[in-house]
Amino acid sequence: MSGRFSHLMVAPVVLPLLTCALLVLLGEDKKRLQSLVNLCSTLVGLFVAAQLLRQVAANDGTTLVYLASNWEAPFGIVLVADRLSALMLVLAGVVSVCAALYSEARWSRVGVYFHPLFQIQLMGLNGAFLTGDLFNLFVFFEVMLAASYGLQLHGSGWPRVKSGLHYIAVNLLASSLFLVGLALLYGVTGTLSMADIAAKLAAVPALDRGLLHAGAAILAVAFLVKAAIWPVNAWLVPAYTATSAPVAALFALMTKAGIYVLVRSWTLFFSDGSPSAHFGGRALLVGGLATMAFGALGTLASLRLGRIAGFSIIVSSGTLLSAFALGIPAVTSAALFYLLSATLGVSALFLLVELVERSATHAPPPADLELALELGEDTNLDDQEAPLVGKAFPISRALLGLTFLTCALLVAGLPPLSGFIAKVSLLRSVLASEAIAQVSAGTTVAAPAWWFGGLLLFAGFVTTVSFSRSGIRHFWASGERLAPRIRAVEALSVLVLIFSCVLLTVWAEPVLRFTRATASSLHSPAAYIEAVLSARPRPGPTRAEESP
Amino acid sequence: MEVLLALIIGVLGGAGVWLVLRPRTFQVIMGLTLLSYGVNLFIFSVGSLFIDKPPIVTPGAPPNLDQYTDPLPQSLVLTAIVIGFATTALFLVVLLASRGLSGTDHVDGNRAD
Repeated sequence: MSGRFSHLMVAPVVLPLLTCALLVLLGEDKKRLQSLVNLCSTLVGLFVAAQLLRQVAANDGTTLVYLASNWEAPFGIVLVADRLSALMLVLAGVVSVCAALYSEARWSRVGVYFHPLFQIQLMGLNGAFLTGDLFNLFVFFEVMLAASYGLQLHGSGWPRVKSGLHYIAVNLLASSLFLVGLALLYGVTGTLSMADIAAKLAAVPALDRGLLHAGAAILAVAFLVKAAIWPVNAWLVPAYTATSAPVAALFALMTKAGIYVLVRSWTLFFSDGSPSAHFGGRALLVGGLATMAFGALGTLASLRLGRIAGFSIIVSSGTLLSAFALGIPAVTSAALFYLLSATLGVSALFLLVELVERSATHAPPPADLELALELGEDTNLDDQEAPLVGKAFPISRALLGLTFLTCALLVAGLPPLSGFIAKVSLLRSVLASEAIAQVSAGTTVAAPAWWFGGLLLFAGFVTTVSFSRSGIRHFWASGERLAPRIRAVEALSVLVLIFSCVLLTVWAEPVLRFTRATASSLHSPAAYIEAVLSARPRPGPTRAEESP
Repeated sequence: MEVLLALIIGVLGGAGVWLVLRPRTFQVIMGLTLLSYGVNLFIFSVGSLFIDKPPIVTPGAPPNLDQYTDPLPQSLVLTAIVIGFATTALFLVVLLASRGLSGTDHVDGNRAD
């Protein structure tokens, strides 16, 4: 890695950190300036992420390696950006810009330290996407979680504190498991660098293999708690429903961070070549399928829109986990596309939920507009025998209705938006792999593939039912409810998220080509390992003088 | 020494898990603390246990684990202690907020009103 941008890779971590310091220095009484700085920083972060994506995609895929403080791989901590990391960074960038924009209107003024915590959370997320070292990953996870504890409680109130208590307890336990798992892996392999572990796994003696598997499984449980797999996801819905809208949108990314690290480490450690290939794949598949079923049933059982959004996250987590667990590159590629579409859609939904529910609770006192109207002979009357003419149909309600519809299409995976493309490509790749399995009889992918396809369609159907019911409740049967007050920035942030999904739909083919390349490099991690382990420190000025 | 350490980790872990499953918030936080002690000792133990060996390579001696004890788990433990302490302190604040808002120290805080 050379050239002017060689230090760009560390920017996604350093930029939020410095911004946070600046925000704390600015002080809480300069809210407007803080908001501006926050927004600008997230915008710059998005630009940096896009730039990294461009670099990574160049020359048919390059793995960028950044040696922190110039220590080479197994000894120092490295930051690694390949296609998957860069993709996640861009996703985090888009969602964070929208969440920051949305919080301008109201939420950032509800309590203290919203902006600094927001930046720290972003730093943790970006760091988790970039790091190539297990313990560093733990540190970034803790940074992300510590900020999320604060953000989850932002605005205070009993529901937030109650769900926050559970959320923190569960995550502290998961952190303990994380430490136990990485300690076991360190004990077996003697290294914490992910690439180095992957390289050394083949040499682990048979006697230690049980210990290795135990460590990997414990580590996976810690990741899966974040990814909200079925038996350990009861914390998610209350915590995400209770928290404020921009925070919930940002939290939608956090489950994806859990899935990201799981996929990253699983494909590195247990891909085809290694002796314990696909270790735990079956458990992951069953867990993912159970999560999908649980999420679908939960969606059906929820009446509140916020809970529907929470369960949609669980459904998307389950879909992603079981798709990745199948371990077929084509399915992985489709799942990555689904990840983009689902995250953007659910984030938009979380932002929207608050606007819709605000219209239910914060209705302004009704104006006496109707009374001023003269009732003519042929005036149409509505259910309550009130005149229909002259009733303004407020633009905010129209906007809410349309964006709600779009979000429903996105999350349920109905045409014509990107959710549909994602589901179709998932189904196609799964069923194609099914056809392959029939040709080479004896492999056991058939039954899980059918289960996966069936559950995917079932979840889509159930989500549609649930959204229709909720839409009728909120928009058609709303009676005397008046137009909600929506700030322009709030509408803009939801629209930006939806617009990015539209872009994803229009440019589905290039994006799918990119995810295909990502999936194939994920499933053959030799290039990643090679890139990390062969990165050499730059000669310092003093060393250059000594060497001749 | 190995047996003693294993017993200590086991007792700490077991007591921690039992306390975490209790219904009172204070018991939960004590359980989490005990668990983190157990985990820290566990991390320490994966670097293999020696008495009287420096965690540094001595000049002249071959740099293998017969000559020195692995310093990395010790630094990991140090980091884990700091992070665990900070997050536990944060949990304590939320615990107190929950106690104040609900008037009970039950983890689900069934508020009377």
